Amino acid sequence: MPTVLILGAGSDMAVAIARQFAADKYDIQLAARNAAHLHAQQQDLHIRYGVTATAYTFDALDFDSHTEFYDTLPIKPDITICVFGYLGQQEQAQVNWQEASRILHTNYTGAVSILNIVANDYANRRAGMIIGISSVAGERGRQSNYLYGSAKAGFTAYLSGLRNRLFHHNVHVMSVQPGFVYTRMTEDLKLPPLLTAQPEDVAKAVSSAARSRKNILYVKWFWRYIMLIIKSIPEFIFKKLKL
Amino acid sequence: MQKRLANWGNYPVVSSEESTFTREDQLQELLDRPSTFIARGNGRCYGDASLGVHSISTLKYDKALDFDTELGILECQAGLTLDHILDFIVPKGWFLPVTPGTKFITVGGAVASDVHGKNHHVDGAFSNHIVDMDVITAQGLITCSAQREPDLFWATCGGMGLTGVITRVKFRLKKIDTAYIKQRQIKARNLEEVIRLFEEYRHYTYSVAWIDCLQKGDSFGRSILIVGEHATPEELSAQQRQAPLELPKKKKLTIPFNLPSFVLNTFTVKAFNWLYYAKNTKKEINNVVSYEPFFYPLDAFLHWNRGYGKAGFVQYQFVLPLDQKEGLIAILKRISDKGWGSFLAVLKVFGHQDSLISFPMEGYTLALDFPVRKGLFDFLDELDTLVLQYGGRLYLSKDARMKQEIFWQSYPHVQRFAEIVKQYNGDFRFRSLQSDRLLLTAADQQPEAASTAVPQVSAV
Repeated sequence: MPTVLILGAGSDMAVAIARQFAADKYDIQLAARNAAHLHAQQQDLHIRYGVTATAYTFDALDFDSHTEFYDTLPIKPDITICVFGYLGQQEQAQVNWQEASRILHTNYTGAVSILNIVANDYANRRAGMIIGISSVAGERGRQSNYLYGSAKAGFTAYLSGLRNRLFHHNVHVMSVQPGFVYTRMTEDLKLPPLLTAQPEDVAKAVSSAARSRKNILYVKWFWRYIMLIIKSIPEFIFKKLKL
Repeated sequence: MQKRLANWGNYPVVSSEESTFTREDQLQELLDRPSTFIARGNGRCYGDASLGVHSISTLKYDKALDFDTELGILECQAGLTLDHILDFIVPKGWFLPVTPGTKFITVGGAVASDVHGKNHHVDGAFSNHIVDMDVITAQGLITCSAQREPDLFWATCGGMGLTGVITRVKFRLKKIDTAYIKQRQIKARNLEEVIRLFEEYRHYTYSVAWIDCLQKGDSFGRSILIVGEHATPEELSAQQRQAPLELPKKKKLTIPFNLPSFVLNTFTVKAFNWLYYAKNTKKEINNVVSYEPFFYPLDAFLHWNRGYGKAGFVQYQFVLPLDQKEGLIAILKRISDKGWGSFLAVLKVFGHQDSLISFPMEGYTLALDFPVRKGLFDFLDELDTLVLQYGGRLYLSKDARMKQEIFWQSYPHVQRFAEIVKQYNGDFRFRSLQSDRLLLTAADQQPEAASTAVPQVSAV
């Protein structure tokens, strides 16, 4: 059976993505900071879908451990999905470097560190697919979350460059812009129901877009246009808005 | 975050904090906050039982933990819903031991309401099939079963979340050879006849009757009795036999917004049409159907509750002892004369039930919907008095408005239940609108229970 590696496997979105790929008959490799927390999820995937689910310790912020993490995976995954992210507290991060650096390093540096390793392996093997969960927040910086947004902007640009490079090695890279999603990460935010997806919607969209090898996926189609409008607002107006 | 929450009846609608958890330590963290809590599953109880100041949604705590496919024992986190369970147990030849009329409920909710199904007279309620479970009480996590910490166990089954948050449940499944039900639909001219038919067909594992509430006179209580058994492979058609345990196709229709009330219960309306209106001389239909339309006819219509409009509805479900047939007739007459209820009512005969606070007892249970309107609650109060007079009680999972004195007088072991709740839920940190209304979580103002109440639970 083909195998999917899910980086940041404990989040609501990752749980849904893992279930979707297990339903599509992939074996699942779950990776998160605390592998012990993944036990229930492993059992769940096996019982529900009859696939093999294994768990590994992976810390996005511990860059030095990434090579060993990937090298010691008993099976190299056919698809690697980078799901981890950290929204953080924007206001706190403006005054506290620790919070700011955690946002930047989780969403950008950590992702780049591990995906570089995966990308090189896939390029050598001339096979594989990388899926990065980025964010529409990366398309234009806004005062309410520009630290998260700028890290995701970097990640989106990274994925785009990686797609360009790996295309010549028969490796596909897909960027996912989920828009608003109801998860524990956004539990305390007031989200507009019509614009907000469930983690299961994201998972379904990712699975079907992966099959058709889409480059850039907006989970709810209108987000593409919402972001087009937001990006087209002239800066001299945009800077006065409270977004 | 503050949210507008309502359960299935869309009444009442309240503003409540809602939080989720995916791990037990996250739940503990939530419970350390200075607030009061009530666990909430998929919001399919009808009234205010899972509404409170701060609701703890179990929906993300939904992992299957162990499935013994030889012995048919499933262990799972409490937020797993029955529809997902069916998806993986049916293909392996197992079925839920007890299922209510919707599969969109969590296992935790099934325990907290101690749900019953069409097989209650044979298999009892959900609690009869539990091996053990974990409850996070005010004293921390406690594992309980009928043998281990039995007080906590019996106060948690049907206890509407007042002993704490149910987190893990291990329960026994039922062996099946096919995913189909051999069904028999028999028409009854009136209430007397359907009661007789229940008796005649009591050997069937599953039975339920749908009553046409619009009929008067000789046809009063005209109904269709639906009985069934899990089909054997021999009873299937050649095509069905190819894959006897195949899951039914998922068809979903949804009612996107609130509608004026009509065309509910299509499945049953169809049966009524077939048997009564299509100039049909047949007394019964026999056929083999998938388990889906047999157990969950309304689940095909997602959000059918919106059919009752914005004001919402209450579902009124009571049970009367077996010897109170005239009580059943009297109450149904009152309902029928008033004309405020739904066109169809569901009638079912319960078997014996050992219970501390669970709803079922040996007797007749009737359920029907009432759209919320002016004067409705006064009318239902009158019905409550009748139910009490005939020795019956109301189902807490459906309740949104019962007066506390009715509750305290109708549940025989309520005093004992309240004591156990106090023991495990010290400062009433777990409380709901319902428990406050029924004075179960009000420190010193608990009323006297009826004098007939048994102070100790001898039955369990």
